[in-house]
Amino acid sequence: MKYAMLIPFLPLAAFLINILFGRFLLKDRAHIVAIAGVFASFVLSVAVFIQVAGGATMNSDLYSWISSGGFRVSVGFLIDPLTAVMLIVVTTVSLLVHIYSIGYMHGDPGYYRFFSYLSLFTFSMLMLVTGNNLLQLYFGWEAVGLCSYFLIGYWYQKQSAADAGKKAFIVNRFGDFGFGLGVILVFLVVGSIQYSDIFASVGSLQGKTFPLFGYEVDLITLIALLLFCGAVGKSAQLPLHVWLPDAMEGPTPVSALIHAATMVTAGVFLVARFNPLFSLSPTAMAVVAITGAATSLFAATIALVQNDIKRIIAYSTCSQLGYMFLACGVGAFGAGIFHLYTHAFFKALLFLGAGSVMHAMAGELDIQKMGGLKKHMPVTYWTFLLASLSIAGIPGLAGFFSKDEILWMAYNGGMIGKIVWVVATIVAGLTAFYSFRIIFLAFHGSFRGTHEQEHHLHESPSVMTVPLAILAVGAVGAGWIGIPQALGGGNWIAHFFEPVLGHPHVHGTHAEEYMVMGISILAAALGIGTASYFYVMSPDMPKRLTERYKQIHTVLWNKYFVDELYDAIIVRPTKWVASTILVGFTDAKIIEGIVNGVPSLIQSFGMKLRKLQTGYLQHYGIVLIFGLFVLISIAFIAGTKTH
Amino acid sequence: MPIPMEWYLGLGGVIFAVGMFGFLVRRNMFVMLLSIELMLNAVNITMVTFSHYLNDLRGQIFTIFIMTVAAAEAAIGLAIIVTLFRNKATIQADEIKEMNG
Repeated sequence: MKYAMLIPFLPLAAFLINILFGRFLLKDRAHIVAIAGVFASFVLSVAVFIQVAGGATMNSDLYSWISSGGFRVSVGFLIDPLTAVMLIVVTTVSLLVHIYSIGYMHGDPGYYRFFSYLSLFTFSMLMLVTGNNLLQLYFGWEAVGLCSYFLIGYWYQKQSAADAGKKAFIVNRFGDFGFGLGVILVFLVVGSIQYSDIFASVGSLQGKTFPLFGYEVDLITLIALLLFCGAVGKSAQLPLHVWLPDAMEGPTPVSALIHAATMVTAGVFLVARFNPLFSLSPTAMAVVAITGAATSLFAATIALVQNDIKRIIAYSTCSQLGYMFLACGVGAFGAGIFHLYTHAFFKALLFLGAGSVMHAMAGELDIQKMGGLKKHMPVTYWTFLLASLSIAGIPGLAGFFSKDEILWMAYNGGMIGKIVWVVATIVAGLTAFYSFRIIFLAFHGSFRGTHEQEHHLHESPSVMTVPLAILAVGAVGAGWIGIPQALGGGNWIAHFFEPVLGHPHVHGTHAEEYMVMGISILAAALGIGTASYFYVMSPDMPKRLTERYKQIHTVLWNKYFVDELYDAIIVRPTKWVASTILVGFTDAKIIEGIVNGVPSLIQSFGMKLRKLQTGYLQHYGIVLIFGLFVLISIAFIAGTKTH
Repeated sequence: MPIPMEWYLGLGGVIFAVGMFGFLVRRNMFVMLLSIELMLNAVNITMVTFSHYLNDLRGQIFTIFIMTVAAAEAAIGLAIIVTLFRNKATIQADEIKEMNG
């Protein structure tokens, strides 16, 4: 299975070709190279998946990267069921987004640049998921963050886009700081950062403590929480979620690929990859579960009232990532990754659908100004509807199976599990509501935009609608590999993951499982019903509710004022320190004082010294003779002393 | 009786002192040049004296060299002074101080 090592490097080759020759040679043909690279990776990934499904795994080093004393790092590849599924997710969505971008980015002056970054991103993400050691994971982790920064700020002329890129990068610094410390701590206590070495020695670390600020902290909990810090940043969980909605300033295909399907799920992948470590620490597991549940509820409530179509979907992503974390937190790592896999399809589809809508609406994002798009863009409508049904958890579709697997596992997950199950079920209802709010406001009713916009409405070209259709197939059918036993399926995916991710012990009966399912279907139906009541049957209802619960609406509309809070406690103090202390004192007084002070000192000394040169020959003569006198005196004194 | 060495050295010292004094107090460039010549020749006297008393000819060879250099120096110095006078209409050293700092 050595060919699996080729998978990340094909997009890298495409990136190099595009970045070197794209600007002058390839220009608007840049997509050919990029798509060729990612398509080849996709084919290889499918081959790998088939082999892994047949029971094969691989863990081999390609190249010795760093070797310093006891510290050895290699560029190595670990192919197991978890990696195989991630490979399928990354390459499939990446390929479809590449194809979609041909239409979406058509005529953009930075066309080659866009495809270069997409290829670089795909390479980084594949390195992240295939690595067999923490440093390679960290490399991919930072590289996808860098690509995310490039692509959010792709339209760098736009101030808001440039700012959003910086925000994403800086917010991620906070999480990655913890992650970096986690990697170092792992090396300190294990002496290696190869996964195989780490997992082999986690058992022996159990019960050990680590001194931290004078306290003895449980070592495994500490490592797990430090690693989780990175996951929180990358996967936009509370309290580091603020960058993801702003990241929507980037081109929509980027939002679909990076900020929905792949990069943001890296955090879930990390937690799942380190499941042997996490599952040994009940504290860390509880933190993961509660963070996930809190984020999913928090983001879902914000999504209820927003009007920007991409931001609603971004908050939905946040919320669904929370779902994956809460699954991991109750020990159902397999269910979390299963949801990651189905989510990639329907969320990428939602974003690409939103991109198609924006394409028709000339960049308009406000769903209040849309309406009645159904008859103008039928393919977009039907695929968007399928994705919404899938995310809402309508039985038979992909989202239903993964979501119910999570709910069922949470229900069985003890006390914390029961709490997060309640939260998750509420979130399921909210998800259905806000998803169908988009459907009803944007696609049903009558058009509310300007006349020119209405005249311009059209279905997107087939290069954009075909990826939508393919993703719609995934949004419908991707979940069929995980049909639970209660519904007569084999839950193939759970067995597939079992060697890597384990399978939590389930006490519940089939009857209870039916009840959990029923409640979640009821929540979904309630959400969709409320949305249709609010936005189809009595359209003035939302307005009246807004009037009555003005405070709640203000809080939700302003996203719980988190951005304002961070601005007040972090951004403004930092800027104050920068402008007053660093610029005003350190820079102006100390650095510039030294830089300007030395020459001016020399100059003033020189001004005094030049007075010595009077131009009178006699003065020079006197100095000369005085010098002679001094020399002779010294020689004379020295001469008498030696004798 | 032979003249003692101290007399020669005394003569050299006196001439050197005259030259040095002349160089410092006179403003006329010709006289300053003459004073320099006096100092050089005072040194020559000292060298020849030592050469004779130490039976070492190197002192006298040096003297020949110094006289040659002094002649060249005088020629160049006079030429400079003449040119200076053409441009400035003066050879008073205290009136020429363009090279001050």
